[in-house]
Amino acid sequence: MSAAIDKAALDGLILRYEIEQFFNHENELLDSRRFEAWLDLLADDLRYWMPLARNRSCDDLAGEWTREGKDLNWFDEGRFEMEQRVKQLATAVHWAEEPVSRTCHMFSNLQVVSQENGDIRTRLRFVVYRNRTETETDFFVGKRNDLLRRESGGGLKIAAREIFLDQNVLLAKNLTTFF
Amino acid sequence: MDAERRGGYQGNLVNLDDGLVSREIFTSQQIYEEELERVFARSWLFVGHESQIPEPGDFVLGYMGEESVIVNRDRNGRLHVFLNNCRHRGMRVCRYDEGNTRKFYCPYHAWVYSDEGDLIAVPKLDTSYHDELDRSQWGLIEARSASYHGFIFACWDEAAPDFERHLGDFRFYFDDFCEQPDGTHGSLEAFGGIFKWRMPCNWKFAAENFAGDYYHQPSHASVDQVIISPAGVKGRHTYDSASRARKLYKLNISVMPEGHTARGELFQDDYDYHPTYQEMAVVEDYFRDCYYKRRARLGEKSRWYGHGGTVFPNASYANGTRSMAMWHPRGPHETEAWRIFLVPKDAPDEVKSVLRHYVIRYQGPSGLTEQDDMENWGYAHEGARGTIARRHAFHYGMGLGHERKAWPVSWLGGEISATEDVSEQNQRAFYARWAAMMDAPVEPGRLRLRSEAAE
Repeated sequence: MSAAIDKAALDGLILRYEIEQFFNHENELLDSRRFEAWLDLLADDLRYWMPLARNRSCDDLAGEWTREGKDLNWFDEGRFEMEQRVKQLATAVHWAEEPVSRTCHMFSNLQVVSQENGDIRTRLRFVVYRNRTETETDFFVGKRNDLLRRESGGGLKIAAREIFLDQNVLLAKNLTTFF
Repeated sequence: MDAERRGGYQGNLVNLDDGLVSREIFTSQQIYEEELERVFARSWLFVGHESQIPEPGDFVLGYMGEESVIVNRDRNGRLHVFLNNCRHRGMRVCRYDEGNTRKFYCPYHAWVYSDEGDLIAVPKLDTSYHDELDRSQWGLIEARSASYHGFIFACWDEAAPDFERHLGDFRFYFDDFCEQPDGTHGSLEAFGGIFKWRMPCNWKFAAENFAGDYYHQPSHASVDQVIISPAGVKGRHTYDSASRARKLYKLNISVMPEGHTARGELFQDDYDYHPTYQEMAVVEDYFRDCYYKRRARLGEKSRWYGHGGTVFPNASYANGTRSMAMWHPRGPHETEAWRIFLVPKDAPDEVKSVLRHYVIRYQGPSGLTEQDDMENWGYAHEGARGTIARRHAFHYGMGLGHERKAWPVSWLGGEISATEDVSEQNQRAFYARWAAMMDAPVEPGRLRLRSEAAE
């Protein structure tokens, strides 16, 4: 192998490690309920989108997921809306989160799909476990595509997140957690 | 224990003279099963909106009670509501949430039905059925259906009155919900997709909450501290920025004996448009223009602003988000909620976009408002289950005896009852209708299939 290929492979590994650490840190913030700090990871022009999944025929799959910016979605939000959600969590009278949930955010199958001009596109699988009050338990499992942006200071921000939750009828009574 | 041994519902489990309702009606398996027969199989149920199926061949699935139905527009443009159930072995003949088709194909033994419900193909009809199966008798089971301003309702009971008679004096309020912002009717469209989710409570908790619970403001103490309304101010309603400074009656309206209920505001004077969407010129212009058109069109009646209500039994509407919820029963202890949202078809894209974002963050499981409702419904349901708890009725007595007729203005409807501000009048109307239906046994022959009724 030439030195040039080794350098590319090494750069790829380093980037992947950095992204893993970034998502690990993000999940740590969410699971320890440091939501204000989590907001700091979001770009000002954030797009945060979770469509609905529809049962379709294999020859008609184009409409399986509802469209961003057009249809109903579980989330179709910008940063301002995420800030409002975080503020609501801090009111202590948001009954759907009083008492607060215990969450465990996990991811695997991380792929760095592309990297161009500081825009890094990733794909992964996620599992979010939630338990609250005495026995309420939810598992949210799905696929997530992120657009991370390299900031001028060198750090990463989440510029866009697409969350594909593999459920048709939502099997939870609410979506008070972040993905 | 059947209802007769319990002494029936009216005056007993549902004792509205004293404003008391037994917790049993939320949790008993036996009562639930009676309810499917006596309420759901005999009532007009909301199943979808015409804009979900605009073209010939379009279909969308819905539910009537626990049972899947196909809501479709056939090749000739006619609407149908079919039980999604093969006549041979009961397999679903349609398993896609929506689509376009001319026929429904059963994957089990390949019986095939047309988009008009006719059984058009049966494998081995000649060699194994010996041509002795009369296909004309084995079409899909079809419900009565009615489209009202594009809202499709269906009913299994041939003896039930027509849909418009079933609405009764409630027409004024449902018309108001179906109205476009300029006071005209007829061209609302649903956004793509249906919110569908499960809630751990009896369906009646949701229905009665929407029917008339202005008392549950504490549920929403958190959302009112943040900004979700496109008006850009704190408070979950768009009208929060305007109405508090104006003289109005906040009213609960119930229509008996049908059991439909509405909530809303009746302004005591004509007011000018209140600037609401000040940072969005196109949206502001649209709603200002509509406001004056509606006033010119409706005159004094434009002073009524509906907030929401429940079309008995399980369709709840919300005017602010123009949404229609269906509370589908899933056993006594669980509900599958469905919700669609509608916008004026001809509104500018900017208006549709603002409304779409608003409704997504208001209602449903990701909505900052309804999340807190469901927490209360779920644990209120749990509170109805206990052996000891069940011995103690719920109190529905707020405002009992203070209902007024033809008030504050006669045009709100002669036979309606009205109470001001916070009251449980509407919940009592809902349970009065529910109890009356539950006390009426399903008589043999009264609840007939459409094909049988024609014989």
